[in-house]
Amino acid sequence: MADTVAHAHSAHPPGFAHQFEDIEQQREASTLGMWVFLVTEILFFGGMFASYTIYRSLHLPAFETGSRLLEVKFGAINTAVLICSSLTMVLAIRAAQVGKGKAQIAFYLILTMILGATFLGLKLRFEWYHDYIEHIVPGFGFEYRPEWGSLAPQVQMFMCFYFFMTGLHALHMVAGIGVLSVLTIMAARNRFSAEYYAPLDISGLYWHFVDIVWIFLFPLLYLIGGRYAIGGGH
Amino acid sequence: MAEHVVPLKTYIGVFLSLMALTALTTGVAYIDLGALNTVAALTIAVVKMLLVVLYFMHARYATGLTRVVIIAGFFWLGILITFALSDELTRNWEIVPQAWGAIIASLRAPVDGCPKWHGR
Repeated sequence: MADTVAHAHSAHPPGFAHQFEDIEQQREASTLGMWVFLVTEILFFGGMFASYTIYRSLHLPAFETGSRLLEVKFGAINTAVLICSSLTMVLAIRAAQVGKGKAQIAFYLILTMILGATFLGLKLRFEWYHDYIEHIVPGFGFEYRPEWGSLAPQVQMFMCFYFFMTGLHALHMVAGIGVLSVLTIMAARNRFSAEYYAPLDISGLYWHFVDIVWIFLFPLLYLIGGRYAIGGGH
Repeated sequence: MAEHVVPLKTYIGVFLSLMALTALTTGVAYIDLGALNTVAALTIAVVKMLLVVLYFMHARYATGLTRVVIIAGFFWLGILITFALSDELTRNWEIVPQAWGAIIASLRAPVDGCPKWHGR
């Protein structure tokens, strides 16, 4: 028995923790653990999606009016940016899996971070800042517009949903970029190999989850507000 | 298993599909389909989600245990939304909807001197 342990220890790949039978079991455990965390995230965002659905069904005309305050083109561009970042994320993991060097892993990670930052930059500069100038940020000088009539309070409620949902999503993006910068440093220190890349793998799961949240936010907030009726943004 | 290395071709294919679906969902939003606009937008979003979960998140290659956890997550989300909506959307239901009044009256009317139905 002691011989087996000693043997396993001498042959273990870097990053292998001793409580596991083999690296395969360790990989399975980390993937499973990450998914358990993501399930809590699904329900965390799910609470917002559920309340959005309820209030949308109660105040449909106001929510459609609110939706038309948003610019579809920035929503669509940002969706594309996030999908690109998801591709570069899987390419970073794949680079580690097929045993490419640290340069290629770091390259894809940095590209992913740049795309994530692009998303946040576009959102801040062309959407949230613009909304602030137009006085449609609840709590920051929100002004009722005459054309909204009696719908105005519920239009404001839509904007509350918009800022809470996109804000929470943006916070997850910021956290994701933080995680990716740690991974980049780890990659630069040669911590990943074809055998051990679990941190890349589970951070990728998180990054894709945040992408999926946006895949739902984009149609719910920007698209299903009767766009055909007016044919454009504000 | 997580070990499975997905071919580059698959990743590029999934990426291009996601881009095409994004263009499609944006375009469809400008066509008046009535209630179907919401259905189309959400259907495309679900297809995009499945592509990301199955290929980018490797659920297709995951073990049974991991798959059960993933499915359980979405199942619980379904419970959250279904039960919340089944409460909220049925709160203003009338005990006997007005539109049924005429039907009930006609059923109560005697046919050949014999009441057909004695509904309360």
